[in-house]
Amino acid sequence: MFFTYLRRELAGRRRQTAIIAIGMALAIALVIIVNSVASGVKAAQASVLESVYGVGTDITVSQTPTPPEEGEGGGGPRFEFDADAGTTTDGTTELSQSRLMAGFGASTFDAGALDTVLGVDNVAAASATLSLTNTTFNGEMPQFRQDGGSTEQSGPTTDQQAAPPQGGPDGAGGSAFDVDSFSVLGLDPSADAIGPLSAVSLAEGRTLDADDSGANVAVLDADYATGAELAVGDTIDIGGTDFEVVGTVTSNAADSASASNVYIPLDVAQTLSGEEGMISNIFVQAASSTDISQVQADIEAALPDATVSTQEDLASSVSGSLSTASDLVSNLGLWLSLAVLVAAFLIAILFTISGVTRRTREFGTLKAIGWANRRIVGQVAGESLVTGLIGGAVGIAIGLIGILVINLVAPTLSGSASSGGFDLAGGGPGGGAAGGDASGATATRSFGGPMGQTAAATTEVVLNAPITVSVIAIAVGISILGGLLAGAIGGWRASRLRPAEALRSVG
Amino acid sequence: MYTLTNLTKTYQQGTRTVHALKNVDLHIGAGQHVAIQGPTGGGKSTLLQMLGGLDRPTSGSIAIGGEDISKMPDGTLAKIRAKEIGFVFQNFNLIPTLTAQENVETALEPLGIPGELRAKRATQALASVGLADRAGHLPSELSGGQQQRVAIARALVKEPDVLLADEPTGALDEETRDEILDILEGLWRDRGLTLIVVTHDSAVARRAERRLHIKAGTVTER
Repeated sequence: MFFTYLRRELAGRRRQTAIIAIGMALAIALVIIVNSVASGVKAAQASVLESVYGVGTDITVSQTPTPPEEGEGGGGPRFEFDADAGTTTDGTTELSQSRLMAGFGASTFDAGALDTVLGVDNVAAASATLSLTNTTFNGEMPQFRQDGGSTEQSGPTTDQQAAPPQGGPDGAGGSAFDVDSFSVLGLDPSADAIGPLSAVSLAEGRTLDADDSGANVAVLDADYATGAELAVGDTIDIGGTDFEVVGTVTSNAADSASASNVYIPLDVAQTLSGEEGMISNIFVQAASSTDISQVQADIEAALPDATVSTQEDLASSVSGSLSTASDLVSNLGLWLSLAVLVAAFLIAILFTISGVTRRTREFGTLKAIGWANRRIVGQVAGESLVTGLIGGAVGIAIGLIGILVINLVAPTLSGSASSGGFDLAGGGPGGGAAGGDASGATATRSFGGPMGQTAAATTEVVLNAPITVSVIAIAVGISILGGLLAGAIGGWRASRLRPAEALRSVG
Repeated sequence: MYTLTNLTKTYQQGTRTVHALKNVDLHIGAGQHVAIQGPTGGGKSTLLQMLGGLDRPTSGSIAIGGEDISKMPDGTLAKIRAKEIGFVFQNFNLIPTLTAQENVETALEPLGIPGELRAKRATQALASVGLADRAGHLPSELSGGQQQRVAIARALVKEPDVLLADEPTGALDEETRDEILDILEGLWRDRGLTLIVVTHDSAVARRAERRLHIKAGTVTER
């Protein structure tokens, strides 16, 4: 009887059933689409972040750069040459000097912080890096003389005018300089599970391993190696020291915090740059995702001067159209779907109450012939629940079609990740652009102008709205909730009808 | 069957108190055919609702078979209505979305009778009022007389002790009125149930073996 009555009621009052179901369907479809797009945007953000910070990193520790105090040097490297510097050929002196130093705007801190981090509970792994910039100065200058005369002349002559300068690259006393810089990342060669080495794939040769500590060996970014005409087996001058190129890698990372032109062992980097015992970043992996917040808080407590960021914090650093999409989904989408959901629930409740009012005589009659209150409440709730489920089914269908359309259109979002307290190292003219791929993401790195400019990391991500069981479960849950809510209120109203009054009111 | 003692029912209409029933003392024996007559607003429908356990008196008591129902919990009253009392209304009060057969079956639902037996008894009840061939029709597909016959079948299918009819012919033409009265009287005679009919129609009242008149909440024998 329950199902017969229910079926007849829903079929007999098609308009009311359709209006409630359509309202629920639209709300559920919107919730599904917003939820799915939100997941897609989140995945896209994760993809951008993964391309920036590497795989497996839950937390990053860095230190915000502080402006140099008065009297301290700032800015880029300074090259000093004494009078005998360089080699002179045909009146032209060639000067060359290579300096390795912390990147522009970089802030280094004591490497003891790594031990502090490793001592924090629930830290599964941690790895430190030192972000550096190698700058090479090459110049050709004419050979100037203090006496203004030729080498053949002896003794100063005051009445004789100095001869015009000769030599130099143009042979007429001119000069030419070029400054080349590339980023160097000092890292623990034994830590390949977390940090920069976790985000690279080997192109040629080998990557750094534990035996490389203290050795003058380097791994080059494959694109940089190509641009600089370097290959495995060659040597590269870093800070005035020759390093053997042992391998080339393709980095998935797009930021200088974890991507670099050149990778060398951390201890060597510290020694060469004069940054003994200093690091610039720590990559931390928590024991489990549930520990991340606690680990972050513990590290912040242990290292009060450090900037401790989780992936979630870092997500806020993603900008570009991806950020716009994220804002759109999290603000407009969320509120829109909530508003439509509330409207749908209200429509369902109002129509159910209106239906109960219209059926006053019907329920009064049923009570008169002996139907218990709970049986009538159950009937009203059952009808609402099924209406909600019909709305849910239609909503899921509309939502899936919507998701399908989004995935067919496959909008491309671009995301830029600012480093959020991470050191930025620049690249010189030798720096190249590299393409990487992480989860369908195409990363474009450009190592900006000379002398340590900011590295821009823009990643283009095709938005993929996933269909997950949880999204469907949410939709079904909402339809049940909406149906039960409307049914409960309608049923409550029906239960309050006293049979005599119900019959009298329509008599 | 029924014993009403000092039964009073008052309603509040805004600031006015309406005395629908005033100190009614009445006994209706089992198997009686009683007609209750009176002017509109005199209290006859209120009395019928008291007899049917649809409403509670403001004071006094009403006993069915010696059991006072005036203070019974709603659930117990619903069970008594489901088992012992059949109702026939002036406007038939059929469920518009259910067929004649299903409407009759609704009376058996609270008794927990299984589906197959329910359907069988509903079919028999419809046959007893001459509507076996209209079992699958919706109320909207039936005439007024046919709808009232379905309502009578619904009232009788549970084999009640009492049949309460509130203006059962009020919405019907004369010819149909007589048909319905014939059916009701036939059932009363055949089944020995107590038939109480509220009517303003003297022609209907005259067919009862006992006639009561109610005016301004006071019941008198005629």
